Amino acid sequence: MTEGLLTLYNQFPVEPPTTFSDFHIEVTPPKGLRRWIRPQSIFVFDGEIPFKPLAANQAFALLEWGMNWCIYNHAHHFLIIHGAVLERNGKAILLPAPSGSGKSTLCGALMSRDWRLLSDELILIDPDDGKITPLGRPVSLKNRSIDVLRTFAPGHYISAPIHDTAKGSVAHMKSTSDSMLRVDERVAPHWVIFPQYMENQEATLTPLGKTDVFMALVENAFNYNILLEKGFVSLARLVDSITGFKATYGSLDQVITHIDQLADESGG
Amino acid sequence: MTSSCTLVEALLQPLKTTRYSIPEWELCIRQARASQLLARLATTLEDEQLSQHAPPPVQAHLLAARQHQAHLSTAIRNEVTYIETAIRAAGAQVVLLKGAAYELAGLSPSRSRIYNDIDLLVAKDKLEDIEINLMLHGWSSTSQDAYDERYYRQWMHEIPPMRHIERHSLIDVHHNLVPETSAIRVDPAKLLKETRSCPNNPEIHVLAPNDMILHSAVHLFNDGEFDHALRDLFDIRDLVRETVRSSDDWKRLITRAEELGLQRPLYYAVRYLNLVLHEEVAEHLDSLRTHAPSATKLALLDRMFIRGLQPQHATCDDFATGIARFSLYIRGHALRMPLRLLLPHLAKKSRKRLLNNLIGTRDAG
Repeated sequence: MTEGLLTLYNQFPVEPPTTFSDFHIEVTPPKGLRRWIRPQSIFVFDGEIPFKPLAANQAFALLEWGMNWCIYNHAHHFLIIHGAVLERNGKAILLPAPSGSGKSTLCGALMSRDWRLLSDELILIDPDDGKITPLGRPVSLKNRSIDVLRTFAPGHYISAPIHDTAKGSVAHMKSTSDSMLRVDERVAPHWVIFPQYMENQEATLTPLGKTDVFMALVENAFNYNILLEKGFVSLARLVDSITGFKATYGSLDQVITHIDQLADESGG
Repeated sequence: MTSSCTLVEALLQPLKTTRYSIPEWELCIRQARASQLLARLATTLEDEQLSQHAPPPVQAHLLAARQHQAHLSTAIRNEVTYIETAIRAAGAQVVLLKGAAYELAGLSPSRSRIYNDIDLLVAKDKLEDIEINLMLHGWSSTSQDAYDERYYRQWMHEIPPMRHIERHSLIDVHHNLVPETSAIRVDPAKLLKETRSCPNNPEIHVLAPNDMILHSAVHLFNDGEFDHALRDLFDIRDLVRETVRSSDDWKRLITRAEELGLQRPLYYAVRYLNLVLHEEVAEHLDSLRTHAPSATKLALLDRMFIRGLQPQHATCDDFATGIARFSLYIRGHALRMPLRLLLPHLAKKSRKRLLNNLIGTRDAG
C-alpha cells in the first residue's frame, strides 16, 4: 500500500499537522490471528470500522474505496454525482455513469489525451456557484479496461492489478502532474456526456433534452435526496448551463475525436 | 477526569471556539461526529452567530451536517405518515418516542438530532394487530434466529426491530418503557392516558412533556449502551429547558416521576445535567435527595457515568474509560433482567458473536 501511495500520489504535498484534515483514516492489519493467518486489511475511519475486512493484498483498493465512502457519506455541502469529470480550457466535461459503463476507461483515455482529471468517481458540485471541486486522485480501472488502457496510453503509469476483489481485478492509473498540481482549481461544468461502451459500435454523440439530462443526473447522484430543495436548484442550474449528450462507442479513439471536436468548436 | 473534552467545551461555551487553532477545530469535529453531535455543534454556533468565524473547512463540515439533519427530519416525517397509515389500519394510535417524537412535536432537540430509527409505544393488547398491519404495509422483522425472537418476545419491552423492505426504515415497537424483567416497573397505561397530539398532525401522538423527560432519563441511565449518551443528555437538557421552567414545573415533574416509579433515573438526569453539562439545576437535587443511591454507590456511579457521558472518541478516553463503559454495559443488563436470566443470555450472546466473527471473517476474506 505504501508503494501505491508513494507512486500514485507522489505529486501531492504532505501537509503539516496544522492543516485541517477532513477525515482520519487508516488501513491496517486487524488485531489477532488474522494478522498472520490469511492476512486481512481493515479500513478504520476515526476509530470505527465501517465495512468488512478485505484480503491483505487489497489494501490499496480498500484505501481508495474507503476515501470515496468518506466523501459521499459526509460531504453533503456538495451535490455529489457518481461519475468522472475532466477539464480543458477552463471547461469541465462530466461523465456520469454507473459502474460497468466504461466511464473510468474513457476517463483514463481522455486524461492521456491532455484533459486534466478532476475525478474519476465523484463529481463534487458546489451548490452556491455550480463549480466542480477536483480531487485529482488516481483512476480506478477494472478487469479488461486495465489492458485496454495499457495499450491506449502506454506512457502512463498503471499499478499492478489486484485480483479477486469484489469488483474483479483492480488497478490504478496515475493522474497526470497537471491533474495533481492544479487540484485547487475549481471548474465550471460545460458538457455532460453519458458514456456507454458497446463493442464494435460506431462512435456517436446524441444530443439529449434538458429533462432527460436532469433525470439521468438524479439517477447517478449520491445525495440528491439529502440536499432537498438545494439539490433540485443546483441540478436545475447545472442542466441549464451545459449541453448534454449520450455517447455510444466501440473505440476510444473515435469517441475522443468526437469529444475533442466538441471542445474545439466551443472556442477552446 | 476527562471533562476537558474540546467538544463539550465548544457546546457549552461556544464563544471559546473563536480562539480555536486548526488542530483544536479538527479534534472538535472528530469528537462531534463520533458522538452524533455534529449537527448540534452547527446549530449551537449558528445560534450564537459564530459559524462565520470558523475556518472554511470547518464551515463545510457544519454545513454538511446541517444538510444531513434537514434531510433526516424530512425523511422521518414522511416515514411517520406511512407508519400512521399502518397503525390506523390496526385500529390503534401512533405514540412516538424519543427522536421521532421530538421531531413531530417540534421540540427543541429536533433541530440538532440525527435519527437512526423510529420508536413507537403501543398498548400490549394491540401489539399483535399492529405487528400484522406493519407487515402488510411492508415492514418485516429483523430477528436473526429463534433465540433472538424468544429473547425479545419473552423478556423485552419491545418486539424485534422491523425494517421496511423498500425504504429500509427501521422501527422499534415498544409496549413499555423498560423490559418486562426489569427491576423498575412502569405502568404503560399511565403513560398512554396522558399522551398529546402533535401540532399540525393531530393523528400522531407523543408522551406528555414530563413523561418524555422521564423516558429519556430511564432510557439513558438504565441502558447498557452508552455510545450516544452525551447526545441523549443534551436532548434531556433541551427538554428540561423547554418545559420545566418554574419551581412548580419542577414539583410536577418530581411528582410524576414518583407516580411512575422513575425517581431514581430522574435523580441521575438532574445530577449529570449539573455535573457534565453544568446546568443550573443543583437546587432540585435537594428535592430528589431521598431518591438518591447511597454515597458510596454514588461515588462509584459518578466515575462510571461521567466517563460514559464523554464523546465516544479515543481522544476523550482516559485510563479508566474502557472499564467504566464495560461496567455500564454490565450494569445496564443487570437492570434489565435478573442475574439468573442475564448470565446465560450474555454467554449465549458472546458465543454467537464469536461464531459470527469466525464465519463472517472467513466469508469476507
